Amino acid sequence: MSVNTTRRVVLGAALAGATILGSFLPAAAQETIKVGILHSLSGTMAISETTLKDVMLMLIEEQNKKGGVLGKKLEAVVVDPASNWPLFAEKARELIAKDKVSAVFGCWTSVSRKSVLPVFKELNSVLFYPVQYEGEESERNVFYTGAAPNQQAIPAVDYLAKEEKVQRWVLAGTDYVYPRTTNKILEAYLKSKGVPAEDIMINYTPFGHSDWQTIVSDIKKFGSAGKKTAVVSTINGDANVPFYKELGNQGIKATDIPVVAFSVGEEELAGIDTKPLLGHLAAWNYFQSVKTPENEAFIKQWKAYKKSDKAVTNDPMEAHVIGFAMWVKAVEKAKSTDPDKVIDALPGIEAPNLTGGISKMLPNHHITKPVLIGEIKADGQFDVVSKTGLVAGDAWSKELDGSKDLVGDWVEKKCGNFNVKTGKCGGA
Amino acid sequence: MTRLLRMIALILAVALSAGAARAQSADEAFTRLGADSFSDTNRAIELLIAGAHPQAAVIIEALAEGRLLAGGGAVVVKTKDGKLLDARTGAALASEPPGLNPVRLNNGVRRNIQAALGGLGLLNPDTAKRIAAAEAVFKSRDVSLLPVIETAISRETDTRAKAALRQAQAAILIAKTDAPPFDRLAAVDVLRERGDQDALATLRSLPGDASPALKDAQARAVADIEGKLALWRTVQNLWYGLSLGSVLLLAAIGLAITFGVMGVINMAHGEMVMLGAYTTFIVQEVIRARFPGLFDYSLAIALPLAFLVAGLVGIAIERGVIRFLYGRPLETLLATWGISLILQQAVRTAFGPTNREVGAPNFMSGAFELGGLAITWNRLWIIVFAALVFAALLAILKLTPIGLQMRAVTQNRRMASAMGIRTGRVDALTFGLGSGVAGLAGVALSQIDNVSPNLGQSYIIDSFMVVVFGGVGNLWGTLVGALTLGIANKLLEPYAGAVLGKIALLVFIILFIQKRPRGLFALKGRAVEA
Repeated sequence: MSVNTTRRVVLGAALAGATILGSFLPAAAQETIKVGILHSLSGTMAISETTLKDVMLMLIEEQNKKGGVLGKKLEAVVVDPASNWPLFAEKARELIAKDKVSAVFGCWTSVSRKSVLPVFKELNSVLFYPVQYEGEESERNVFYTGAAPNQQAIPAVDYLAKEEKVQRWVLAGTDYVYPRTTNKILEAYLKSKGVPAEDIMINYTPFGHSDWQTIVSDIKKFGSAGKKTAVVSTINGDANVPFYKELGNQGIKATDIPVVAFSVGEEELAGIDTKPLLGHLAAWNYFQSVKTPENEAFIKQWKAYKKSDKAVTNDPMEAHVIGFAMWVKAVEKAKSTDPDKVIDALPGIEAPNLTGGISKMLPNHHITKPVLIGEIKADGQFDVVSKTGLVAGDAWSKELDGSKDLVGDWVEKKCGNFNVKTGKCGGA
Repeated sequence: MTRLLRMIALILAVALSAGAARAQSADEAFTRLGADSFSDTNRAIELLIAGAHPQAAVIIEALAEGRLLAGGGAVVVKTKDGKLLDARTGAALASEPPGLNPVRLNNGVRRNIQAALGGLGLLNPDTAKRIAAAEAVFKSRDVSLLPVIETAISRETDTRAKAALRQAQAAILIAKTDAPPFDRLAAVDVLRERGDQDALATLRSLPGDASPALKDAQARAVADIEGKLALWRTVQNLWYGLSLGSVLLLAAIGLAITFGVMGVINMAHGEMVMLGAYTTFIVQEVIRARFPGLFDYSLAIALPLAFLVAGLVGIAIERGVIRFLYGRPLETLLATWGISLILQQAVRTAFGPTNREVGAPNFMSGAFELGGLAITWNRLWIIVFAALVFAALLAILKLTPIGLQMRAVTQNRRMASAMGIRTGRVDALTFGLGSGVAGLAGVALSQIDNVSPNLGQSYIIDSFMVVVFGGVGNLWGTLVGALTLGIANKLLEPYAGAVLGKIALLVFIILFIQKRPRGLFALKGRAVEA
C-alpha cells in the first residue's frame, strides 16, 4: 500500500509540477505559493474525491493564467491519503510542515476532517472543507464551504411537508456520525413541528449495505398507514445504488413514496439506470442542470479540462470553486499568505456561486448558499423544482438541546462555541 | 346502459352550451402549458380534462413521457417516432417552431397526470389499459370520476378489470362522506378482499366522521388484513433470506473450492467476483455499441467470458505467487491481500473510480405478486442461477476425471501424487475453477450491487464466514451455511435492525466455531490431519 501511495504522490506532484512548468516556463524560477490538495485518490473514497482533486488543479491552473496571486504563481501539492483516516493526519502534517503550503483544500468524510483537525490547530494552517456535513463544529482553522444541516436537510424536509404534504417520515441512513447527527436534528425538528413519534421511523444500515429487500419492504409497510410518506435518505456512497435498484424493482414510485437524498449527486447516479427513479429528490446547493451563465461557463471549462463530454459536475465541486475564490480574495486583501492574517481576512469575503448568487463567508466560518431541491430526470441529471434565497450556515443546530444556545464567532468573540445564554466561550 | 346514455347526453348538453367557454378554456390551457410553472401545468391538465379537449389524451400522455414541448406560444406533441404535431389540432407540423423546451414535471404534476390518464383510460377498449386506469383511480381517489367508474363497471365483461374497477370505486366511496352508508360498508368489504398494503392504506384513511358501524367494519377489516399481511411477511422474510443465502452461496462457493479444497486463504477472491462484474460491463458496452438487438442475451454472453477471465487470472495468481507459498498460510494471506489491492487499483485506473452502469435485461426487471409476496425477477433468477452453479460444481467434482483428481489431492496429497496425479496441475486447475466460479458470481452480482472497484471487498468477509461456518472442504456445508446465514440474517433484521442483526450473527458464528471448530459439516478422515 505504501509503495502505491508514494508512487501516487510522486505522480501527482509531477503532474502538478508539469502543468505549471508547461504553461509558465519563465515563472518556474520564481517563488510560488503552494496550495495543498488532500483528497483520497485510492481506496473506497476515491470514487468521490478524485474529481475534487481535478477541479482544484483546474482552478489553480486558471488562476495562474490570470497571473497567480500577489504576483506569484500558485503551485498545487497533491497527496493521496488513500481513504485511510489516520493517514489523512499524516499527509496533512506533511503538507503543512514539509511542503509549507499556504492553505489546504481537502477531506470528504467527517472522520477524515476530525482526524486532521488537531494537525491544523497545532501547526496553524487553513483548511477548506467542501462537503455537506452534520454541523456542530466551528474551528478557527477550518472554513466550511459545504452545507450545514440547516442549509440542506431542514429545507428539504420543509419542501416535502409543504409541496408533497408528507406526514410520515422514514429517516434512513448509513450508520456513522453524519447521518446520526442529521437524523437527530431532523427528528427534533419534525417533533417541534408536531409530527408524532409513531410517524417517524429511523433506520440505520452498515457501510456498503447491499441487501435492501427487508428495509424497502419495511418502508412500503410504513407507508401504508393512510398518510403520505417520504424517505429522507442519508445513505452514503456505494450503498445507494442497490437501494435505488431495490426501490425500482419493488415498484416504489416517487409519486407514492418520494425519497429525498442528501448524499446522492450526479456522480452517484452515473452508475444506475435512472428511469425507475424518476421524480425521487435530492437536496443540494448546486446542480449541474442549473441554468446560469456562471454555471454554463464552469461546465464548459470542466468538460474541456477533463477532455470528456460526459464529465459531470456536482455540489462539492462548486464548494471548492467558491472556497478557492474566497481564499484568493482573502490573500489579496491580507496581502499575505500568513495563516493568521488570512483567517482574519476571510469572514466577510464574498464570492459568486454558480447558481446566480453571491456567497459570503460568515464569522462562524460557514458560508451563505441557496438550497436547491432537484428531481431525478431520466438522463441522470436533476430538474430543479425549488430554490430558496441565500441561507446562512449554522455551525450549531438550533434544533438540538445541547447546541441551540451556541454560536461560532471568530470575528468579535474569537470563539467557536460561544454560549449566548451564559455569555461565556466554551460548551453548552 | 341507461346511465351511459344519460351521461353521453349530459356531456353533449354541456358541450353544446359551453362550446365557446370550452374554446376559451382550451386557449388558457395552452398558455399555461407554456408558462414553465408546475401549478400552471396542473391547472392546464384540469382545463383540458374539464373541457373534454379532443386532443387531451394525446397531450397528457405526451406530457407524462416528456414528449410535450412548449415555447414561444406554441405547444407541440412529439410522437414516439419523432414527428412533431400541433397539440391543439393534432396536425403534423412542417418545421420545428423555435425555442421549444420539454414541459417540466414534478411529482405533483405526475400524480395529476396519473389521475387524469386514469379518468381517460377507464373506457379504453384495451383490458390491460382499463386495469391500469382503475389502479390509477384507486390511488388518486378522484371523486369526480365516480360516475365514469360506475358506467365502466356496468359495461365491464372482464372479471379482473371488473374487480379492479370495483376496488377503485370502493376507494373513492370510503372517503366520500356523503355516500350512502350501505355503499360505504360494502366498499370496506371490497377493500378487505383486496387485502394488500394499498388496501390497508386506503382503509386507514377513513375520515374521522364515519358512523360507528362503519368504523367498526373498518377496524375489523384492518385487523383482518394486518393478520394476513403479518403471515405473508414471515413468508416474505424467508424468501428474502433464501435470496440473500443464494447471493452468499454464489460469492462463497468459489472460495469453498480454493479455501476449502486447497486450503489457500485467498484474500483476492472478492476481486475475482469484481472481474466477473467488469467483464459483464464490457460485454454490455460492446453490445450497446455494436449489436443493440442482443442486449437481452448480454448476461448469457458474459457468463462464459467472465468464467474465463476470472479463471485465467486465478490460474496466473496460483502459478505466479501462491504456488511458492503452499503450507505458509500467513504469507499466503498477506500476498493475496496485496494482490487484491493491486487488482482493485488496476481496475480503478483502467475504468475510473466511479460506478459503472450494468443494465438489467428485460426479463430481470420488475417484480410480480405471488399471493401476498412481492417477488423481484432479478432475485428469483439469481436464486435459480446459484442453484445451477452449485449443481454444476457438484457434478464436476463427482462425475469428471478432473473432479476425481481434485478430491484425491484434497484427501491425501502425497498418496495422490504417488498414484501419478500431477498435483501441481490439479492445484492450478482447482484454483482456476474456484476463481472462474467467482467470476460467474460477479455476473450475477452486477445485477444487484455496484459495479465498482470495491465490489469484491464487501463480499470477502461474508464468503469466509459462510465457508468456515459450513465446514471447510464440503460443498454441501457451504450450501447449508449460506442458506442458514442468509435466512437467520433476514429473520433477525426486522427486529434487530441491519447493523445489530449482523453483529448478532457474527457473535453466533464465533460461539459456534468455539464449539465446533470445523464447522457444520466437518470432513472426516486423513484430510483432517493432513
